[in-house]
Amino acid sequence: MSRIRVLAGTKKGAFVIESDASRKDWKISGPHFAGWEIYHMKASPVNPDRIYASQTSSWFGQVVQRSDDGGRSWEPVGNAFGYVGDPGTHQHFDGTQRPWEFKRIWHFEPSPTDADAVYAGAEDAALFHSPDGGRTWAELPGLRGVKGGLWQPGAGGMCLHTIVLNPNDAKRIVVAISAAGAFRTDDGGTTWKPINRGLKSQYELPDPDAEVGHCVHHIAAHPSRPNVLFMQKHWDVMRSDDAGDLWREVSGDLPSDFGFPIEVHAHEPETIYVVPIKSDSEHFPPDGRLRVYRSRTGGGDWEALERGLPQSHCYVNVLRDAMAVDSLDPCGVYFGTTGGQIYMSPDGGDNWTAIARDLPGVLSVEVQTLR
Amino acid sequence: MSASAQGPASDARSIRVVLPVHLRTLAQVGTELRVELPAEAPVTQRTVLDAVEARHPVLRGTIRDAKTARRRPLVRFFACEQDLSHESPDAPLPEAVVDGREPYLVVGSMAGG
Repeated sequence: MSRIRVLAGTKKGAFVIESDASRKDWKISGPHFAGWEIYHMKASPVNPDRIYASQTSSWFGQVVQRSDDGGRSWEPVGNAFGYVGDPGTHQHFDGTQRPWEFKRIWHFEPSPTDADAVYAGAEDAALFHSPDGGRTWAELPGLRGVKGGLWQPGAGGMCLHTIVLNPNDAKRIVVAISAAGAFRTDDGGTTWKPINRGLKSQYELPDPDAEVGHCVHHIAAHPSRPNVLFMQKHWDVMRSDDAGDLWREVSGDLPSDFGFPIEVHAHEPETIYVVPIKSDSEHFPPDGRLRVYRSRTGGGDWEALERGLPQSHCYVNVLRDAMAVDSLDPCGVYFGTTGGQIYMSPDGGDNWTAIARDLPGVLSVEVQTLR
Repeated sequence: MSASAQGPASDARSIRVVLPVHLRTLAQVGTELRVELPAEAPVTQRTVLDAVEARHPVLRGTIRDAKTARRRPLVRFFACEQDLSHESPDAPLPEAVVDGREPYLVVGSMAGG
């Protein structure tokens, strides 16, 4: 009998929400690390009871927590994130150059093949790797060599928030950084290149086709076709069929092509989900109606999914890492809001119900399907 | 048995340290903890915090930057009703902290809304 485990990071702690495969009755445990921001939690695909949590605080910095029993107990592991060598400087909001400075981890991506290996995406933007379950961390500094001095923070900070590991090729990794763009390595992280061709930022950059500087919000891929990438950008929903070498816009008939999360159906690699919000200055759904949009054609044609979601006076946002799918059939889709709700659809998005309503603002949602 | 379990050895100094609640939870300690420094060692913010981190490695990086050892911006240090946050980390701590009459306070600063 399968079980579902939802890992929710919030502004005031972590929550673990579990159900059997019926996905009807949900049991919430937490808050773990009460009062701390939990930017992200994610489990190892190899050892599903091993979960990493990014516990962070403006006061007390970064703590990496690890559970080896499915979230019941936690152990602080390594929090020493040092940039290699003299990291130099990057652009700041005021146009000056600022020294690179570690602030927090935004995203963990455990290896699909090694239970002890995990990547971490940092603010200020860098990619770190741990070979020992999070006890020690080493930067992959070649990434910052790709015009890092030109990167600048987005409103949320200069964060590396997306890590896509290719299950068929351990040397190919795609990352995305706010207000810097997307980057790819094909040699395991030694050398990197920008993969931003086709992205256009005509209102944000002096050169709309710039090699770096685009504000990428999130990237998702289906495991069966890892070189097909879907991107939610600051504006525009994009698709690449060649691992990011060239992107094309697939915003189609969306009511707004601004948003943060993008996710792929577990069994249909051409079915994708976004949550449009009105604009970059109004981070809430158009018309106060919370709607997930689904495309079954890999973008371009979109349908509004609203059954069970609030359709009036709803002004929450859904952040970039706050949407995920399970791998049951039919596929379950989950997302968390800045209003503290976690919604779940047991049928690929047709119908929605809240499995938690009054949590702190949700920063991240990941889902495990446990066999 | 360690000196801390018996009380301080005659040639050691026992420094009282109070942590903010989040760090007490993280280090799994009570309101106040004690660290001991050799009698000949200087009693400064640096030596006291070094001792705190040596005894509770989970606190490394939470009070001071893990690489530079500089105070994190929203953490402050008080003792004897003085704000020591901007003092040199190598300046001697007040005698009342050295002889155990007063604790050394690590405080989360007032900030935010």
